[in-house]
Amino acid sequence: MSTLDTAALGRPIKGPSALGTDLRRLAQLSVTLAVMEFKLRFFGSVLGYLWQLMRPLLLFGVLYLVFTKFVRLGSDVQYYPAILLTSIVLFTFFSDATSRSVTAVADRENLVRKIEFPRLVVPLAVLLIAYFNLILNLLAVLVFVLITGVDPRPEWLAFPLLLIPLGLFAGGLAMLLSALFVRFRDVQPIWEVVLQAAFYATPILYPLEKLPDPDLQKAVVLLNPLATIIVQMRHTLIDNSAPTAWDAAGGMSHLLIPAAIVLGVLVLGFWVFNREAPRIAEEL
Amino acid sequence: MTDPATGTPAIAVDGVSKTFRIPHERVNTLKERALHPFRRSGYDRFDALSEVSFAIERGEFFGVVGRNGSGKSTLLKCMAGIYRADSGAIYVNGRVSTFIELGVGFNPELAARDNVLLNGVMLGLSPREARERYDRVIDFAELNQFEELKLKNYSSGMQVRLAFSVMVQVDADILLIDEVLAVGDVGFQQKCFDIFNKLRDEGKTILFVTHDMAAVRRFCHRAVLLERGKVVRIGEPTEVADTYVDLSFHRGAEDAAPREAGRIGDGSAEILEGWWEDEHGERQTILHQSRPCSFHARVRFAREVTNPAIATVFENEQHQPLMATSTEWTDGSTGRFEAGDEAVFSVHMDMAFAPGRVYASPWVAHGQQRVMDRRPQIASAVVVGAHVSGGLVDLPHDVRLESGDRVLQGQGGRS
Repeated sequence: MSTLDTAALGRPIKGPSALGTDLRRLAQLSVTLAVMEFKLRFFGSVLGYLWQLMRPLLLFGVLYLVFTKFVRLGSDVQYYPAILLTSIVLFTFFSDATSRSVTAVADRENLVRKIEFPRLVVPLAVLLIAYFNLILNLLAVLVFVLITGVDPRPEWLAFPLLLIPLGLFAGGLAMLLSALFVRFRDVQPIWEVVLQAAFYATPILYPLEKLPDPDLQKAVVLLNPLATIIVQMRHTLIDNSAPTAWDAAGGMSHLLIPAAIVLGVLVLGFWVFNREAPRIAEEL
Repeated sequence: MTDPATGTPAIAVDGVSKTFRIPHERVNTLKERALHPFRRSGYDRFDALSEVSFAIERGEFFGVVGRNGSGKSTLLKCMAGIYRADSGAIYVNGRVSTFIELGVGFNPELAARDNVLLNGVMLGLSPREARERYDRVIDFAELNQFEELKLKNYSSGMQVRLAFSVMVQVDADILLIDEVLAVGDVGFQQKCFDIFNKLRDEGKTILFVTHDMAAVRRFCHRAVLLERGKVVRIGEPTEVADTYVDLSFHRGAEDAAPREAGRIGDGSAEILEGWWEDEHGERQTILHQSRPCSFHARVRFAREVTNPAIATVFENEQHQPLMATSTEWTDGSTGRFEAGDEAVFSVHMDMAFAPGRVYASPWVAHGQQRVMDRRPQIASAVVVGAHVSGGLVDLPHDVRLESGDRVLQGQGGRS
């Protein structure tokens, strides 16, 4: 059938894929899309950014009242308000990045079906927007933390490092969920429930030491990477006397378990997304 | 662009096939999958493309035509890298931009600048390039006054203009265009084609998917006709367009059966049949505008007749007579016919009627009064052609415009 001298034609085009052929284009597109989307949210309504900040703040206000005045879970914990707010902001990042990514590919159907671009751009842009938001929220948190009497320390410089595993974890899930949603529409309600469970399975409302059983404390830090990150955050950013993640986990080497979970989710997410990417335009 | 001297085609499509699987029952929840892990619903296969091969040379304006569902959009999406071909390979040499829709990625809430950036980056520019070209885009779209306006406040015409100027400024080597021209009025379409011509003259390769045969004839160097995912014809745009038209009208052209109603006559002669022929003497129900064709009617006389007149009128769909002719206008008389004699009457001409259905209604008469047989609309044909002037006929003619020393001259009615 072929009448063409294929040897002279160079390489055939690859078709749609997760990464595309040019990683720079992947990065440029993700950033451009994220910036535009962020602009829309920021300037989209009169209150703009304020609304973005309000959600975690309101949640914080309610939880703070309940857990210091009524339940008294946090009333004897030093810097409880600062820990609570920072944890909520970190969790908001995680929940934003993952839950928005679920429908992200389907929402961008118009782009996916009409133009060639590295498909990974879609979840990556969602992750970037969540990061932009997180950075702004952390500025507000910083002010709050200083007001509540925490003194700045050189260790603070290590705090941004914590945002890396957090982003990798959220990014892995973002890839997984956005690819699955194309085929399975009930991923969305399922993920909402999982997120709610994750909120309570992470020491946000309660400091880790309030868990009755030391083995349980250890298990939480080992098996829930969010918990590992938040425990370490408390030590680094707010309360030097609080245990580090490795102390809580029972040794530095034990941290390999949450690290492996994050890495596993990342690899699984990429594998699934990469497998689905060529067919996303047809499946939608 | 790579070196044109090597003669590497801009696009080479080599045995590309694409099959869609359409499941009978779509399982689209995890719950169902969990409840029935081993149930596999059956599916239909739809071969959108099978073994399609062709090559497009650098600088060529290439048309892809075909009826709905013939696979032309699938082909475009495979070339654009939106779909992955199941087998075969596509080779592309140069930067490609795809225009399945104008203004992909446009957001109504953003202003022109952001939308140009977004659209430009989607089409393959780097953000820096997109920013650098913004002024040119806005100038070209003639929207300088409205830069700060959000896109949602633009009229649809303004949005299209903006999208179009991004497309022009993106500077791709190869443009894949899918009927974006279906939008917009005649003036806008003309502007589009002016732009395409300009791009073509600059040596860009353009692949253009369309239903518009007039555009194919006017602009394309070559074209390919797809039917049910297969290449039916590839080559000269005129031939490809003709084949397409034959294919599309084939069923429709035979619908109109000769009408018995309105038949009058005293029975002394009978018009047995009437038909159209093309320039090669083949019977046809499709006639090409401005090409030679002929109408024929076979007459049998039931008794002896001297100097009968045979005539016909051609009508359009609205039963407006377009033209009439008769043996009266030949030199000399028709002579004497015995009972049982047959004669074939024919009219030869270059088809000058406007595209549409044309009917022939012939009659045989003796003198002015006595009609021996009249067969209204005994034969019909569909006239096809790219040129629709709005008139009932398109006669060959010259157009001139003179002003001082300038003389503008053109021909009409000939395609």
